[in-house]
This record gives sequence, structure tokens and C-alpha cells, in this order.
Amino acid sequence: MFENVDLALVNWSRAQFALTAIYHWLFVPLTLGLSFIIAMMETIYVRTGNEGWKRITKFWMTLFGINFAIGVATGIILEFEFGTNWSNYSWFVGDIFGAPLAIEGILAFFLESTFVAVMFFGWNKVSKRFHLASTWLVAVGANLSALWILVANGWMQNPTGMVFNPDTARNEMVSFWEVLFNEVAVSKFLHTISSGFLVGSMFVVGISAWYLLQKREYFLAKRSILVAGIFGLLASFLVAYTGDSSARTLAKVQPVKFAAFEALYQGKQQAGLVALGILRDSGKKIGDKEVNDFAFRIEIPGFLSVMTGGDRDTFVPGIYDLVNGNSSHGLMPVAEKMERGKKARDLLIEFKESKKNSDDQRAESIAATFRDKKFNDEYFRYFGYASLEKPEDVIPGVKVSFYSFHIMVMLGFYFILVFALALYYLYKGTLANNKWFLWVALCSILLPYVAGELGWVLAEMGRQPWIIQDLMPVNTAVSQISSGSVITTFVLFAVLFTVLLITEVSIMIRQIKMGPKH
Amino acid sequence: MKSVVTAVKGIIRFYHEGFTTMSWWGKRVWIIILIKLFVIFIILKLFFFRDFLNEKYGSDEQKSEYVRDQLINSN
Repeated sequence: MFENVDLALVNWSRAQFALTAIYHWLFVPLTLGLSFIIAMMETIYVRTGNEGWKRITKFWMTLFGINFAIGVATGIILEFEFGTNWSNYSWFVGDIFGAPLAIEGILAFFLESTFVAVMFFGWNKVSKRFHLASTWLVAVGANLSALWILVANGWMQNPTGMVFNPDTARNEMVSFWEVLFNEVAVSKFLHTISSGFLVGSMFVVGISAWYLLQKREYFLAKRSILVAGIFGLLASFLVAYTGDSSARTLAKVQPVKFAAFEALYQGKQQAGLVALGILRDSGKKIGDKEVNDFAFRIEIPGFLSVMTGGDRDTFVPGIYDLVNGNSSHGLMPVAEKMERGKKARDLLIEFKESKKNSDDQRAESIAATFRDKKFNDEYFRYFGYASLEKPEDVIPGVKVSFYSFHIMVMLGFYFILVFALALYYLYKGTLANNKWFLWVALCSILLPYVAGELGWVLAEMGRQPWIIQDLMPVNTAVSQISSGSVITTFVLFAVLFTVLLITEVSIMIRQIKMGPKH
Repeated sequence: MKSVVTAVKGIIRFYHEGFTTMSWWGKRVWIIILIKLFVIFIILKLFFFRDFLNEKYGSDEQKSEYVRDQLINSN
């Protein structure tokens, strides 16, 4: 697509970022979910004074500690990659990305050095209530820490609250609140932390099920399933609700991604939601991009229109409408966006010439234009389109978007069923005898991880070619370094993270086999 | 002043006791943390993840100029 760009470098840089992000996301969600479950268990202990609950709390706290320790600082590598592999991007985003990440770093440091220490070292040394407060602060702090990362990511999906300074070639934040309350960031934060709650809950239910299968630790297992089952069920509903609002937001700010994950090519009113489907190549193409159709599908009639706009008559644009434009629905063709992007870029070229010729008056006038709201709304918001070669370049991988979305959603409904059944059997007193269900619960531990990773695949691959939606494609963002060095570090990371993961799993398994101290 | 010193001593004692009475898994994960931090901040950062713009350009003006050219010439 971008003829002047080394695609091997871009693809390896993307692969490396994906590898590190995927591995990092294996450690984070358990911290987010398990921290709240521990806090709830400890609350019950403090309120009842029952030493059994203290033992349960300390057991899950140990597993939390192992995961927390192995995962800590793995996210730093992503920041290294920004400076080395994505330097144009890092410079272009300016302080908008730096501010939330700095807040996250400071928050994480103080959280980890104080309250986590109280959690692990403070038993019998500080008061029960202070210890409990520390445990809750770790849970709230860890989740708030995720907020700042997701604010930064939300800005990449829907850049807002900034102006571009042509003199520094950076975006400058003009409204912190617009960046913080960016609608993508808000829905993404709620959806992401609730998916972490699911991971934590399934982890506790699954391991407790294993104890019941082993006919040991009945007290711990049943009470843990009670807490994690309720929390997991509530989290499952929250995930579904926030997923729905997240999709509604996407339909507005990233309509191509929305159309791609439904494999909707022709826009229509009364559009149906594909509940289940298998894609195949239709033999047709948009430019050099294949067009898919369905070999099989089960559709809920009109539901996609309802989901998007609240009623069945809402027009949902398809990929054709978004690429070629649809004047009756006010959709601008990509070719027009490319022209507008080029006008913004021509102005940047003129700015550079003015600086070179020491024409400060003209340079200042152009800088003022870049700050003008009308210019931003009509031209600069399409700045990245100037780097595209063909209109169809805006189409992401439809198959990867479609399958990652639909498998994630199906798993979401599966989790509701698992938590509901766990609570039902617990209530009926038949849980310990239901071996098939205990095996299902045990085998389900990994599935929320799969759903979470698929969510990120959809979020990031579904918005290609953009690293910053509409402003910067990945090919412009990448640093001009050798692809060989990126391949080397890719292999290094693959080894490092795999070792860390194996270490974590082996320490955890040993600790689980040992069980809680009596 | 005396109360501050007492508080600091208390905090140091708290951490010291915590580390010295740590369980086997605690000691093990601390070893892993230290090795990991060494690999990340010493080996990876120093040898593999130099900041591209800082390495190539000394001033912010030069960096701005370079990125502006990249934005202009990206296709």
C-alpha cells in the first residue's frame, strides 16, 4: 500500500508490539479482578471475625502476589517500543500520551511500594481495618492505573482535546477533560476492567472446582465459588452492557471497524445482527481487497440497526458506503477525505517553506490556521488520509475482525451460563457431586483470557491502517530502523515472556497444590 | 522531628521484617523481579531500545524538523 515504506519493518514492528501487548495482557486482567475478590473476602473476614475467611483471603492473596510480581514492569517494554520502533508516532502525539502514562507510572509506583507491602507484610502488624483499607486501595488503584492506559489508547482510537502545532510537529493538549472523558476511553475502560473481573472470577471458580474434584478444601472452595460466582455473574452482565455501549460508540467514531466486525458490505436499514456465521471469499474485490460473503449465518433481524441507533429504521453503513461514500446518508467518500488530508499536508509544506525563507508572518498565520476549529473539523481531522495510496486502504482485515468479535461475544454468553450454574449448584448443595460441571469450570479458566485477547485483536487490528484514527497510519508512525534489529528483539521478547509465563504458572501450580495453610 | 524519625524507623522495621520473614514463594518471586528488572532496564534498554530520535538528533528543533519531514513525505 505505501510504496516508499519497508513493509517488513512495519510488519515486524507491529508483530513485536502485538506480542508484548498480548503477553502483558496475560498478567494484567487477573490483577484487576482478583484484587477486588480478595478485598471482598477480607471484608467478610473483618466483619465476621471468622478465621476461615482470613485463611481464604491469604490463600488467594498469595496467588495474586505471584501474578502481580511476575507481571509487574512488563508494560514498560511497550513504552520502550514507542521510543525505538514508533518514534514518529511518539513525537507526533506529544504530551497527550505522555501525561496519562506519567500519571499511571506515579500511581503504580506509590501503590506498589506502599499498599501492596501492607497487604503482604502487614498481617498482625497493622490494625485489621487499616489492612482491609490497604487491600481495597490496591484493588481500586490497580484498576485506576488501567484507566490512564485506556485513556491513552482511547485517544488513539478517537483523537480529541488537542491541536496540532506545525512548528513542533506535535499535538498539544487543549482540554485534559476532553481527553479523559473521551467516549471511547470511558466505554473501553469499563469494558476492559469488567473483563478483568471475569478473568479473576473464573480463575477462582476454576481452581475451587479443582479442589472439589480432589475432595479437599471444601470450606475454601465453596465460599470462594460463592464470592467469585456472584462477582463473576455481575461482571458478565457488566461486560455485555459495556460491550453494547462500546459497539454503539464504535459505530459513530470508527464506522469501518464496526462494519468490518459485522462483515457488512452494503449499508441498510433494518440491518440484522449476525449471531453466528462463517465467511467465505465471494470472488469480488474492492480494489485489491477481497470481499467476503457468508457461507452460513444466523441473523437476528433488525437488531444491528437497533443496536446502532435505537430503532430498526436506523441506516447502518457498510464498507462500500464508507469507502465510496453515500450522499443520501451524508457519508463522505474516502477519496474526498484524501483530498482534504492533502490540503492539510500542503499547508504543512507551506509552513516548512515559510520557516526556511524566514517568512515569520506567513508561518504564524499558518500556525493559527492549524489552531482554527473549522480547519480542524474540515481538513486536519483527515490529515492521515494524505498518506494513503488508495481509498480501499482504509478497510481492515474483515475476517480477523469478524471472528475475533463473534468468538468474544459467544464466550461472553458462555461465562454468564457458567457463573449462573455454579451459583445454582452451590445453592442446591449439589456442586461437589457435579463432576462434569467441576471439569467445565476448571477447563474454563483460560477462556476469559482468550476473550480478552480477542477484544484487543479486534480493537487494534480492526482499526488498521491507523495508529491514530484518521490522523496517522502505522506506516508513517514507524521509525526508520533496520528490520533485522526488530526481529532480534521480537525473538528476545518471545523467549523472555515465555520464561516468565512458565515460571508464573509453575509457582502458582505448586502453591495451589499446597493449598492454604491450616 | 522526633515523631518523624520514629515513623521512618517504624517503616524501615516494617519492610525489614516483611522481607526477612518472607515465604518461599515470596523470595522466589523477588529473585524473578530483580532478574526481570535487570534484563528490562539494563540489557534491553541500553543495548536494544535506544530512543531513535534522541540518538539521531540533539535538539527538539531538529526532532521536530525530522518528524515534520516524515509527515510530509510519508507517501
